[in-house]
Amino acid sequence: MTAELPRARNGRAPDVFRRDGWVPMRCHADHETVDFAIVGTGAGGGTLAARLAEAGFSVVAFDAGPFWRPLDEFASDEAEQQKLYWTDDRITGGADPIALGGNNSGRGVGGSTIHFSMISLRWRPEWFKARSRLGYGFDWPISYEEVAPYYEEVEEALKVSGPVNYPWGGKRRRYPYRAHPVNAAGLVLARGAERLGIEWSSVPLATVSAPRGKSPPCVYRGFCNFGCSTNAKQSVLVAWIPRALRAGAEIRDMAMVGRITLAPNGRVRGLEFQREGSWHFQHARNVVVAGYAIETPRLLLNSACRQFPQGLANSSGLVGTHLMTHSGPGVWATFEEEVRWYKGPPNMAVTEHWNYHDEDKDFPGSYAFMSQGPLPRAWAQIVTTNRGLWGSALQQEMRKYNHMAGLVPVGETEPRPENRVELAEEEDQYGLRIPRVLFSYSDNDRRLIEHSKRTMAQFLEAAGGRDLWESKDTSHLLGGCRMGSDPATSVVNADGRSWDVPNLWICDGSLFPTCGGVNPSLTIQALACRIADRIKTLASRGEL
Amino acid sequence: MNPMHLTRYGRSLRTHLPRARNGDLRGNATAGASYARYDVLAKWDTPSFDDLTRSVIAARLEEVPPICFLSPDEVRLLDLVLARLLPQPERSRPIPITPWIDDMLNRNQGEGYRLDGLPPLRETWRKGLAALAAEAALTGPGGFSGMSKTEQDRLLRNVQLGEVLAEWPVPAAHFFTHVLLKTAADIYYSYPDAWSEIGFGGPASPRGYVRLGFDERDSWEAKRA
Repeated sequence: MTAELPRARNGRAPDVFRRDGWVPMRCHADHETVDFAIVGTGAGGGTLAARLAEAGFSVVAFDAGPFWRPLDEFASDEAEQQKLYWTDDRITGGADPIALGGNNSGRGVGGSTIHFSMISLRWRPEWFKARSRLGYGFDWPISYEEVAPYYEEVEEALKVSGPVNYPWGGKRRRYPYRAHPVNAAGLVLARGAERLGIEWSSVPLATVSAPRGKSPPCVYRGFCNFGCSTNAKQSVLVAWIPRALRAGAEIRDMAMVGRITLAPNGRVRGLEFQREGSWHFQHARNVVVAGYAIETPRLLLNSACRQFPQGLANSSGLVGTHLMTHSGPGVWATFEEEVRWYKGPPNMAVTEHWNYHDEDKDFPGSYAFMSQGPLPRAWAQIVTTNRGLWGSALQQEMRKYNHMAGLVPVGETEPRPENRVELAEEEDQYGLRIPRVLFSYSDNDRRLIEHSKRTMAQFLEAAGGRDLWESKDTSHLLGGCRMGSDPATSVVNADGRSWDVPNLWICDGSLFPTCGGVNPSLTIQALACRIADRIKTLASRGEL
Repeated sequence: MNPMHLTRYGRSLRTHLPRARNGDLRGNATAGASYARYDVLAKWDTPSFDDLTRSVIAARLEEVPPICFLSPDEVRLLDLVLARLLPQPERSRPIPITPWIDDMLNRNQGEGYRLDGLPPLRETWRKGLAALAAEAALTGPGGFSGMSKTEQDRLLRNVQLGEVLAEWPVPAAHFFTHVLLKTAADIYYSYPDAWSEIGFGGPASPRGYVRLGFDERDSWEAKRA
């Protein structure tokens, strides 16, 4: 049965842990009013679906993409696995257009955690108060102390495998599972760090280092960015969706939500979604948008109505604005030794030194950098687009593959109103206006990029690398519907609740007021757990 | 799918697919390593390949799609250009690139985004190829096919740098690097012969790898020639 037809229906959903297997699933009729309709099943929506269902709410979570069975459907092949990415048409512009598609977008139950690098790092505590403590960006409406218990909950839920003592961040318990052995690509970073006297660490990863339930330990096959075929990776599909189903949530795959509908009383009534070629309406007491930093603002803008002509929940005019990405310039070097960076998770060593030390910077902001392990197709893209090599020069360069190592940062960018998601005139296959994404680096962003390239080059040279060269890239998408304490300067409050429409919520990376210098998935999941607890509390007080 | 069938198929594949000969390109680490005696498909029947991966790779090797979208002239031009971008004179069965570009255009399935101001996928390719043909026609009466390899390379280099004479409705440099070259390299490095050429371990499920450190190699990984 093709994955492009709905599978989760008629009382059952795919069992991610068994070939051709099924698990029972509670189903809701369209006309039945559910407590929560959630749009998106990634780090935000999938996590929230599990936590809300476990709290006793009735939940239907929609995903535009397939409900995969990794054991049956994830090949060890880069080209085949392009099926994991969001490849509906999008336009990218601005002075520094962001590569979309496979670079930062997932399509399918579990969202982009299906192909994420599993890096599970917490925010630097001060980042939650970036404006008042560090002098740039915006303050979050919540503190590190409020999020810390949820970081711990998520690390436990994913059985994050990490070092006994992680050098950075607030005081914490040890990681639930032991750290993975660091591959040679990571040892390049370690060697550079040790020769320069700067701290490094193995990366806490959401792939298990020992058996966990039905997940076997990671076998270091290296295809993590193309889907994990063994279920060692603790994606949302593997870690949260089974919990959601057990607790009575319905997951509706291959269901594209096109519009959220407002009732005359100013509350949302439910949403319109397309499944198997026709439009349906799901009634809901609450709608949560969790489509990530492009699809979430796009859906709100596409849901403009008489009361909200510039987009649902957009009286502030901020929906879609202050979009951020992480700058990811690469520095690459050739080594005498064989590195064979295709083995193991792609990013096994990190330094967060420049996330926690601000003294030598000529910019506000932070970055961490990690070791890399691109597979051949991805590597060829970097070599062709950054060095312009072709012909036998390209083939010759590619033959250095097993001797290459490189470093790429997760570099903070400033939240700025001109970096945004808006609607283009063109429509997609559902008849919905497609998004246009505009992005340009600020002067500070550029200074951060140059600083990171200098420090990464020092690391590689200290580690014995030769013939250094640089590349351009980005990772992750954040912001666009930021949370805040003031309805005039934010789209939602600290609970992800719309200031304009009291039963409309947002729960994904688009909430982020600033983007920090680490990968966002752990923070998105922590926020989802916190929002679930807040909803529970508000419900018990009759305040939903 | 029937695993037995795939196993048998794998054996037959191995016998009739020639391995890349790249013995003339041996070198040291910085010049690029040679793995002349390594064939990633030799692992077909080992725990590095699972049934799904076998079926995906068999389809890529054996079910090359027929040309459906591009015109004969476009195909001829693209074949000549790709022979310069990714030359493979040593292969008796070269990696087919044009058919997969045609397949992508026929399915109208790109990578999910395009630069503001550029037309949609199919139009970008059609206009880019037409401009390339026009560029070649301005250089000499025989067009691209009438040029020597050196002349073809010079023309392509100029297009890459955006130093063009013809009218380009899509920016020449962008079309060359981010559309043509990137796509061609994507396809080339999706083929087992290309994996063998660079010493990549290839498919790795369920077995994966054990030895991860510097100069450490599992017995099922490529060995330098």
